[in-house]
Amino acid sequence: MTATTADAPPPELRLPKRRGVELSLLVGAVLISVYGYAAVGLARNDAVPPDVAGYGGGLGLLALLAHLAVRFRAPYADPLLLPIAVLLNGLGLVLIYRLDLETPKDQAATTQLVWSTLGVAFFIAVVVFLRDHRVLQRYAYLSVAAALVLMIVPIFFPAVNGAKIWIRVGGFSFQPGEFAKILLAVFFAAYLAANRNALAYTGRRIWKLQLPTGRVLGPIVAIWLFSVGVLVLERDLGTSLLFFGLFVIMLYVATGRTGWIAVGLLLAAVGAFVVGSFEPHVHSRVQDWIDPFASIDAGQGPSQLAQSLFAFAAGGMLGTGLGLGHSILIGFAAKSDFILATAGEELGLTGLTAIFMLYALLVARGYRAGLALRDSFGRLLSIGLASILALQVFVIAGGVMGLIPLTGMAMPFLAQGGSSVVTNWIIIALLIRVSDQARRPHPDQVETGVIAPILEDEL
Amino acid sequence: MIRYIRRAAAFCLLLLVALLLNAARVQVFEAPSLDDNSANRRNTIDRYDQPRGNILVDGKPVTGSKDTGEQLAHERTYRHGPLYAPVTGYASQTYGTTLIENAEDEILSGTDPMLAPVPFWNEITRSRQPGGDVATTVKDSMQRAAYEGLGGRRGAVAAVEPTSGKILALVSTPSYDPGRLSGTGSPVTDAWRELNAQTSQPMLNRAIRQTYPPGSTFKIVTAAAALDAEVVTDPDAATDSPSPYVLPGTSTTLPDEASGCADASLAEAIRVSCNTVMARLGVRVGLDGMVEAAGKFGFNDTGLKIPSGVAKSNFDTDMSDDQLALSSIGQFDTTATPLQMAMVASAVANGGELMYPHLVDRTTTHSGSTVRTTGSRTYHRAMDPRTATQLRQMMIDVVRDGTGGNAAIDGATVGGKTGTAQHGIDNTGTPYAWFISWAQAQDSARPAVAVAVVVEDAAADRADISGGGSAAPIARSVMEAALAD
Repeated sequence: MTATTADAPPPELRLPKRRGVELSLLVGAVLISVYGYAAVGLARNDAVPPDVAGYGGGLGLLALLAHLAVRFRAPYADPLLLPIAVLLNGLGLVLIYRLDLETPKDQAATTQLVWSTLGVAFFIAVVVFLRDHRVLQRYAYLSVAAALVLMIVPIFFPAVNGAKIWIRVGGFSFQPGEFAKILLAVFFAAYLAANRNALAYTGRRIWKLQLPTGRVLGPIVAIWLFSVGVLVLERDLGTSLLFFGLFVIMLYVATGRTGWIAVGLLLAAVGAFVVGSFEPHVHSRVQDWIDPFASIDAGQGPSQLAQSLFAFAAGGMLGTGLGLGHSILIGFAAKSDFILATAGEELGLTGLTAIFMLYALLVARGYRAGLALRDSFGRLLSIGLASILALQVFVIAGGVMGLIPLTGMAMPFLAQGGSSVVTNWIIIALLIRVSDQARRPHPDQVETGVIAPILEDEL
Repeated sequence: MIRYIRRAAAFCLLLLVALLLNAARVQVFEAPSLDDNSANRRNTIDRYDQPRGNILVDGKPVTGSKDTGEQLAHERTYRHGPLYAPVTGYASQTYGTTLIENAEDEILSGTDPMLAPVPFWNEITRSRQPGGDVATTVKDSMQRAAYEGLGGRRGAVAAVEPTSGKILALVSTPSYDPGRLSGTGSPVTDAWRELNAQTSQPMLNRAIRQTYPPGSTFKIVTAAAALDAEVVTDPDAATDSPSPYVLPGTSTTLPDEASGCADASLAEAIRVSCNTVMARLGVRVGLDGMVEAAGKFGFNDTGLKIPSGVAKSNFDTDMSDDQLALSSIGQFDTTATPLQMAMVASAVANGGELMYPHLVDRTTTHSGSTVRTTGSRTYHRAMDPRTATQLRQMMIDVVRDGTGGNAAIDGATVGGKTGTAQHGIDNTGTPYAWFISWAQAQDSARPAVAVAVVVEDAAADRADISGGGSAAPIARSVMEAALAD
């Protein structure tokens, strides 16, 4: 810990803001997306799509507006977050447009562009109006109440493709569970930040495991169990897995108790076994995962998972090239849950690695903000949001590639899905907000030249 | 807290590494087996992504290809589908391929490595060349003459060029349009079901895949065996045969339809078609000699390909003498494809040398350069040249003033042999009318064509059925078409 003498003038601290870097990266992201869009048209019709200027201009305008919001309202924010989000979103639009060519009766790219615009609008709104992420801490209980309502409502709507996770009003449908995950992350972060010490250091000790008191642990476990229970009822397995992982990671980071991970994994294993054995919907998914080609041997043709594996295999190292694959064979979920198969087939292992690296960078930048922040709530929130991204990518990518049983979920930014793209834009906005806080010169530092003391629990 | 954040970050990194390793597993290590999975439609989609090469008759395509705009883009079309179905077979997206479509599929679909300018590179990239063409040996005029001659009756015609083995006509009726089976969906499955349900079996290629008792046409084989084995040295000498003939070891008598068969010469027996003389000659040649002689004409060959497989024509190798006697006149278990009997006629016409029958003349790339040519090869020397000369004369006599008068053509030398084959339990089935023949233009040194015709004329009055009446006129029109070329 250093301290300058009080009478000396504080040194002019000009931390780099890196907004120029962000802008040039954004230009690159838009150009790559436009190039991909043109490549699809050239591959399929030997001509650049007529609306390529519209697509490029639209994406560029969205990127520019988002950039301006960041520049004026979060000048210290991490310069990588926004360009990666724009690139992934742009690439997703290209892939959906590409798949639209195979399904003339089912066009999704335009709708996705509208949702992306809405997502960016939410992004701008959050960056502009949420001046300090700590405000959210106050709304912890409102958040959890809203999250639970959002999750319960779809029960009263009819199931779509086996999962009751949709709300349909008119021609308009969205998945409230998507928004609920942000609200739940906010609640977990706030609750754990407020009760960290009680969770970590009190309660009975059984063998090597230090149990927190039921009074502290009880409410959060109840809420978590309730959410997972609702999701299982709705058959939204991906999201229940996500909530489970999110909860364990945040609890671990907050308390540092390795035992929680062990308990978590044990619970997960028991839960997965029970659900996997008795729930027919899940059971069939597990069977599919164990033997993706069983339906072929049974003469019923390849399952979606087998089709997905065929697509990845067809891509090989370098891919077939955009527009030249046959991943549409996967069927109705090709544009949503299985969008990664199109990326794998047409961009190959090379392109897939690049996409994974983009997600990894997003997650890493979220963690980095968490490390640099000083308040526990902010830390837990950024870790929670980054983990949501990481877990989503793992659950769906692992599912469509046969690493883990398939559970329906949207690949962040890439997949067709309005609620998903809007939610992910809000997550990026919150990460922009916390990273701005993390990289901003500390008020104490600017005013007094004294770097704030590091809290004792940080070491 | 920082330590735990780092650990959580490490956990996320671990998830990423797992994803990358798994991606490499699927896309690199398991990719070959996934690509080859029979349920993976990609190979099929690639296959139909380009038009299929054509099958040519007289240098003109009898097939075509149309872009349907569906997932399996190009569908096979056929010009004169029913006429050429026994040659082309079908190329169906639903039911696979048959006949030339099947045998030359690699050329037609563009996967044959020989189509590529640099074959080895093509193997590596697995890229497709434009589909090549297959030029057949078939003559359009002869094919039509045979098809129209049969006129929708159940039957078949096979015609070969005796000196080269080129198959000049291959007809089976009733036929079907292979274009009905080209695509996918219910029209195709309905057509398939309907064609398979028909009692007339339109998809059966009677010319090469169906065997019939050859009846009296088989007497040419018996005669060749008797002459080669020198059981008969002078075809015009009396053979000291009774009529009717009591089958050896039995009390069953074999009668003659023709008169004057008692003690008839070999030539006379062929001309009027005596059962007794020929049955007895077969017994005198003996089982081994008959089996060997039949084998030299192609009987009992299970591996004959033109390039599609030809059904085995049968001459039993283990028989008692009475069975041998019946077999020697084309009854008992003796069966032959029409192509087999055309081969018998062609061997006689070609001085005893039997050429390997083939239907594909050559294959070319899309741009027309030759990939492979089917050369003429000798299949067997079926008989002694002297025997062939004697048999030629006997067959000429059959047409000149014997049972085959309906096949005579002005200005050409024509040899033939009729047959009326009994079949069914106690010969209750409607007999098959056979006619085998060959023709040579008078100013030519070589025979132009050898033909075999079989008519399963189920509708006709039994008494009217004879090779000379039903089958010979068809053979004549096919021979006329050959001579007109």
